Amino acid sequence: MMNKHTLAVIVENRPGVLTRVTTLFRRRGYNIDSLTVGTTENPGISRMTIVVEGDDKVIEQVTKQLYKLVDVCKVIDVTHERSVDRELVLIKVKADNNVRAEIVQLVDIFRARIVDIGRNSLIVEATGDRGKIDALEDSFRPFGIIELVRTGKVAMVRGSK
Amino acid sequence: MKLKGAQILLHCLKKEGVEVIFGYPGGQALPIYDALFDSDIKHILVRHEQGAAHAAEGYARASGKTGVCLATSGPGATNLVTGIADAYMDSIPMVALTGQVGTQFLGTDAFQEADIIGITLPITKHSYMIERTEDVARIIHEAFHIANTNRPGPVVIDLPRDVMDRVIDYEDNNDEVNIRGYRVLKGVNSGQIVSAAQMINRAERPVIYAGGGVIASEASAELRELAEKAKIPVTTTLMGMGAFPGLSYLSLGMLGMHGTRYANYATGECDVLIAVGVRFDDRVTAKLEHFAPKSAIIHIDIDAAEIGKNVDIDIPIAGDVKDALQALIPRVDSRDELTEWHQTISRWKDEFPLRYGKASEGRIMPQHVVEKIYDVTQGDAIITTEVGQNQMWAAQYYKYKEPRTFISSGGLGTMGYGFPAAIGAKIARPDMKVIDIAGDGSIQMNIQELATAVQYKIPVVICILNNHFLGMVRQWQGLFFNGRYSHTDMCHQPDFVKLAEAYGAVGMRVTKAEDVAGALQEAFQVTDRPVIIDFWVEREANVYPMVPPGESLLNMLGGDDDE
Repeated sequence: MMNKHTLAVIVENRPGVLTRVTTLFRRRGYNIDSLTVGTTENPGISRMTIVVEGDDKVIEQVTKQLYKLVDVCKVIDVTHERSVDRELVLIKVKADNNVRAEIVQLVDIFRARIVDIGRNSLIVEATGDRGKIDALEDSFRPFGIIELVRTGKVAMVRGSK
Repeated sequence: MKLKGAQILLHCLKKEGVEVIFGYPGGQALPIYDALFDSDIKHILVRHEQGAAHAAEGYARASGKTGVCLATSGPGATNLVTGIADAYMDSIPMVALTGQVGTQFLGTDAFQEADIIGITLPITKHSYMIERTEDVARIIHEAFHIANTNRPGPVVIDLPRDVMDRVIDYEDNNDEVNIRGYRVLKGVNSGQIVSAAQMINRAERPVIYAGGGVIASEASAELRELAEKAKIPVTTTLMGMGAFPGLSYLSLGMLGMHGTRYANYATGECDVLIAVGVRFDDRVTAKLEHFAPKSAIIHIDIDAAEIGKNVDIDIPIAGDVKDALQALIPRVDSRDELTEWHQTISRWKDEFPLRYGKASEGRIMPQHVVEKIYDVTQGDAIITTEVGQNQMWAAQYYKYKEPRTFISSGGLGTMGYGFPAAIGAKIARPDMKVIDIAGDGSIQMNIQELATAVQYKIPVVICILNNHFLGMVRQWQGLFFNGRYSHTDMCHQPDFVKLAEAYGAVGMRVTKAEDVAGALQEAFQVTDRPVIIDFWVEREANVYPMVPPGESLLNMLGGDDDE
């Protein structure tokens, strides 16, 4: 069954590592849904969160192939773990005086924040899991989205594991 | 002590046991070549960098050690690419050193700058660009460790000129390797071994399918012990030729697209398939859904990613082949008697031996040439091949007794591989006869290495099976494209005898079957230069049996009568 899997990939913090990972995905024909990368508590180590679509066999191959990269230290499939996952979105939405109040209300409901006000537009910032961000995007669409950027997902397993 | 980066490089290569480098100098490699001038590491000056890469592969495959090639930046480095890809596909331990423009020029499109790390990313096991002279020693030792442990493969090290030029205080104390993301796999899961042994002990029709992993793991003795103890017939892949003695009554020869009928029938009928150091390549399995349809499969391989990649596996054993076989052998029951299964196989062998027809006037059957090479050498030689029909006949009609005696481009199928690989093999094993079984097309792709072999007095024998065609492609055009021989006729070719002589090698031409053995014997008397024997072979002889593309292993063309 095709499913979205979230992989936390612990890698050496070195130039070229991201290219090695994406080259692997391209060459083997795996589809990256989203990919985020950032530093961790250890400056020598980076962490990638990769959302990839595929059945169990594909995900097993992705994991094994990732492990073969010398710069990859660990691969954790957090899909079925109890985990927290978050995405951040910035939306620049059309907002003249007629709809501004309505937008502010939506921002409250989604526990988002307005971070910039222009004459005819607002920038809204929100964090949440993928479902919430999707819903937020849908709610703002009728007003006219001028620009939108999502960071892609980051995830962490709950508890002391 | 105060040393230049290039001197540290050579010092570390020496510590890694490097005896020979195959290379070609150039501007950005000048500091390395200057240091080489004072080094006792042997350098073989090839005539094209592709030759250096294949020679390093041939050296590695004949010796088991890591092969080293060296080229300058830009075009020197890109000329290595085919050899690096070849080593990657066939899991050959290789370190490729490339010169690079100075770090201050990186990314400026400087003269002879090419992003060789980027270019080789998908065809290397790992790669390094050394940016500080202080890192040279650590990276060299890491590279050799990675190239020749677990599943071997090529490692590229890019060496900017200023990093090689800079002098630092060097202390010879940092060859310990510790890589966070890379551990050498040791031992095997004993539960899986017990299950595998039980499955083998219950099997009525077992077959071992052995590949290059057996040779890489130096596990031929263990493979033989297992097969003989439990009386299991063994078929090998192209990469596995020599892993099991071809003369053994248990040997089925090669399986797959051009495998023997009996090997393919046995694979189709077996109830347990023991796959050892193999990767279920499409040239082996043919149509995947029909591969070993009646069989449970045990798969032993060091690369976990190969297990279950193409075929579902019943008992996966991820680990070193030698470790796994050593654990397995004591748990497998010894069998004394031959069973119905052995009788069936021996009937197939009688009924469907490899066979070929008669040649036209002035031509020789190519299979006959290969058989004569075996007769004259008695199998005590290293055979390299080019790619195409010559390669398949070399695999079919020569009996390989020992591992590391068959050296061929299996995965990538690189024309022009065999001759430089033969040079590398001869340097690794000067005590052995080394023969390149070539085609008239392939040999022309790296023919310039004749100058190398003459310069260094390397007596390899090149046997060109000359059909004046790009034979394998012509065969496909004949069988599947209505005989439309589009651009495969190679009537225009040099006079190989004169060409050999022009280079200072020995050239001979043979057009009669009765002269084949004599010419070979004469060629083996030559000890100070290479020999080309131009065998004029039947122009349209085909390689049979053949599994047409997309068919199951059991649907073979040819090889069932003398055609």
